[in-house]
Amino acid sequence: MTDTPMRTQPADWATDQEVRWCPGCGDYSILTAMRMLMPELEVDRENTVFISGIGCAARFPYYMNTYGMHGIHGRAPAIATGLAMARPDLDIWVIGGDGDMMSIGGNHLIHALRRNVNIKILLFNNMIYGLTKGQFSPTSEVGKVTKSSPMGSLDAPFNPVSVALGAEASFVARTHDMDRQHMMDMFRRAHAHKGTSIVEVFQNCNVFNDGAWEGITKKANRDANLISLEHGKPIRFGADHELGVIVENGAAKVVSVADVGEAAVLVHDETKTDPSTAFMLSRLSSGPFEPTPVGVFRAVERIEYATSSTSQLAMAHNEKGSGDLESLLRSRGTWQV
Amino acid sequence: MTDTAPRELPLQELNEVIIRFAGDSGDGMQLTGDQFTSISAALGNDLATLPEFPAEIRAPQGTLAGVSAFQVRISDFAITTPGDAPTVLVAMNPAALKAQLHNVVQGGAIIINSDAFTERNLEKAGYESNPLEDGSLDGYRCYPVAMSQITRDAVAVHGVKPRDAERSKNFFALGLISWMYTRPVEPTMEFISTKFHGREQVIQANEAAFQAGYNFGETAELFESHYEIKPAPLPSGEYTNVTGNTALAWGCVAAGQLARLPIFLGSYPITPASDILHDLSALKHFGVRTFQAEDEIAAAASAVGAAFGGALAFTTTSGPGVALKGETLGLAVSLELPMVVIDIQRGGPSTGLPTKPEQADLMMAMYGRHSESPMPIVAPRSPADCFDAAIEACRIALRYRTPVMLLSDGYLATSSEPWLLPDIDSLPDIGVDFQRGFNGTNEDGEGIFLPYLRDPETLARPWAIPGTPDLMHRVGGIEKEDETGNISYDPDNHQKMVELRAAKINAIEVPDAEIAGDADASFCILGWGSTWGAIDATVARLQEAGHKVAHVHLRNLNPMPKDLGEVLARFEKVICPEMNDGQLVNLIRAKFLLDIKAVNKMNGVPFTTGEIEAAALAAIEAS
Repeated sequence: MTDTPMRTQPADWATDQEVRWCPGCGDYSILTAMRMLMPELEVDRENTVFISGIGCAARFPYYMNTYGMHGIHGRAPAIATGLAMARPDLDIWVIGGDGDMMSIGGNHLIHALRRNVNIKILLFNNMIYGLTKGQFSPTSEVGKVTKSSPMGSLDAPFNPVSVALGAEASFVARTHDMDRQHMMDMFRRAHAHKGTSIVEVFQNCNVFNDGAWEGITKKANRDANLISLEHGKPIRFGADHELGVIVENGAAKVVSVADVGEAAVLVHDETKTDPSTAFMLSRLSSGPFEPTPVGVFRAVERIEYATSSTSQLAMAHNEKGSGDLESLLRSRGTWQV
Repeated sequence: MTDTAPRELPLQELNEVIIRFAGDSGDGMQLTGDQFTSISAALGNDLATLPEFPAEIRAPQGTLAGVSAFQVRISDFAITTPGDAPTVLVAMNPAALKAQLHNVVQGGAIIINSDAFTERNLEKAGYESNPLEDGSLDGYRCYPVAMSQITRDAVAVHGVKPRDAERSKNFFALGLISWMYTRPVEPTMEFISTKFHGREQVIQANEAAFQAGYNFGETAELFESHYEIKPAPLPSGEYTNVTGNTALAWGCVAAGQLARLPIFLGSYPITPASDILHDLSALKHFGVRTFQAEDEIAAAASAVGAAFGGALAFTTTSGPGVALKGETLGLAVSLELPMVVIDIQRGGPSTGLPTKPEQADLMMAMYGRHSESPMPIVAPRSPADCFDAAIEACRIALRYRTPVMLLSDGYLATSSEPWLLPDIDSLPDIGVDFQRGFNGTNEDGEGIFLPYLRDPETLARPWAIPGTPDLMHRVGGIEKEDETGNISYDPDNHQKMVELRAAKINAIEVPDAEIAGDADASFCILGWGSTWGAIDATVARLQEAGHKVAHVHLRNLNPMPKDLGEVLARFEKVICPEMNDGQLVNLIRAKFLLDIKAVNKMNGVPFTTGEIEAAALAAIEAS
């Protein structure tokens, strides 16, 4: 009889806490995807940590039977960085919304991406502030009418994938809450990546911004507007794959394949060292009304932060031997009285 | 007129001297002062130092803004302050003289680099006439020395260009002062060859300059005598000269060993705390992991994350950083995780005076988080005491599962004193246990983990770290139910939790109030932090003058010693000198209804013994 580790079941990853998201919230399907994925990853609950800031998305840790911290608004990537450095043995997931991650937390987000700490960041983007009841967010479109913008928002929005690529992120992906399998695939890829992974999830807030992503994610619209990126494959979409992506004049562009020929269609390469092409792809779409790429934009190998930190500790140990307190206190010179 | 035979200059014995080296930022006054301090320490004098840094890295040469000074007091008796006023000023340029003259005692000695007193430099310093000529220095013993010229001549033989020779003139000054106070030559020669190792010409130039200064004192007929200060009767043992920041860094390392925990520091550079980050960053062979965060908030947040993972976590900063960290520290209070926050206080508000000390963050340490968010506070009283204070702060953090504020200041951080090295084996074991198993049962009798079930004695909750099987749980900043830690908005529960968190802090075991001086006096001086040295010296002076005076100095500011109210109530009059506008006085008044008198100073300069003595005499006379 082979000794196989006992696999957990999705139910083992649920807690006894009543889930308090609004009925119909997109977060439910993300939670389900995560609970179904965990047994497949064959990881232990006690070695898994979910860290969040504040917001609806940030309630996530309470619903996963792992170690978890519901922290303060925007600071989850920084908290997670400290944990990752102190405990490189753990699987650390960081969950936040577009407000938590891109507004108050924007600074911590870009630095975590730059450093390449081994944390998996999931950004639930619903283009609104849900928990505080409906103000516009850094990803809301210009002109969005909300309680704090009765005449329409003046803010130009961020594109989280573009920001992540600009912040040197080594793994950048995008998915949406209406395709469980795709979410599981993206989270699986994020988990396997060594370094900071960020996955933007188009998520529906049915109370304050219902249907905001439907132009892309609704089944009827996917053929026209959902571009699925797959490494090594030509970037094509449409009911008959009749549309494709090329690069022209320094920008990605949607064309009819028939017009340019199959050979001209851009072949997606996640592993390109230079993020420029990935960035161009992220600029294809200005919003959920036109063809928008999902999938893994970039997955490159980069030195992971906590690993480097540990190496330095080991190097210092080799060079100077184990630290001796008695010597340390005498290291600036002593004299006898 | 000079004779060739060596003169027999009278050698005068002094009990102490207070020397202030002052020059342009680029003149090496800190190095000079440091080295003189080192030599004197090795000779067995007691000493205390007071560096004065400008805020700019390099202000325009020759200006008042660029003056950098280093004061050192050496003595043949035990001392606790760097002295109220220098008796000797070494002024390397007009700006140094202008900035520092008012500090010097009447009749004090002023050794001046006369070469620097050019028209241009006088103008830059704001002089309308030359003080060397206009009689303004008549009340002092003035010794003009052509330091730049003599240094240039001395180093020329080593091929040093005149412009570069200027950089060795601080060693000339050091040589001269070393001769004046009969300090040995060898230690400095050794220091020069070590510090400038690999730069032969620099070593030769500096050695030559130092020797030239020494010889100048001996042969030039400028000084009436030279001086000797015998060793002080310090307790025997092995000593090192340590600054407050270094002692803090070492205390953190010691605490990690005493607790058998890996150390994590999340920090963002800020004057005057950056040195602690530097020191700890160089101790990786102790397993110390330092993280230079993107900002102050990330620094504290990373420490919270590391504490959650089971590290002994620190964050170091100054006032502005503590202000930024407020919300994060509130999270640590609510999560009840161990963590030490080190605040090296400096002049404020806002950017304030980055290089000047102040003690005005006490109220922020007590109340600087929204809502009822109590945090223990520990304050060292001298540079060497920072070592023990760090260990004490860690002891409290670990045992009671709470963030702790350690309040030092820029004065303690950068000044130094001889430190009798402790016996490592006698340091306390401050280790605590991680939670390993269940601590409760459910209705079915199965084992469960209750993250907020408290220890009956300490009221601390268990520290169950990720990786521990079966104890998976979630913590957060939202109010939580007693024992289970589940989110709870229940009114009675919130009341209970606020009270429990307060009770936990109030129940922290701290030593009773210690009374120095005359315990039966009717007059008492109460202090905390860096005023200790000056208050201690004041007590000695008052006692010598026939007064009875007690001195209570608080190491633990929250909670305070349990008997403090009763102890202070015994005195007819209590004064409290603080480098702020009245903060401890207000805490004492609020807590004990005692009308103690505030003695406040907010000029970025530590209290002198004379200032506290004057306030004490005024209080004694008034009663």
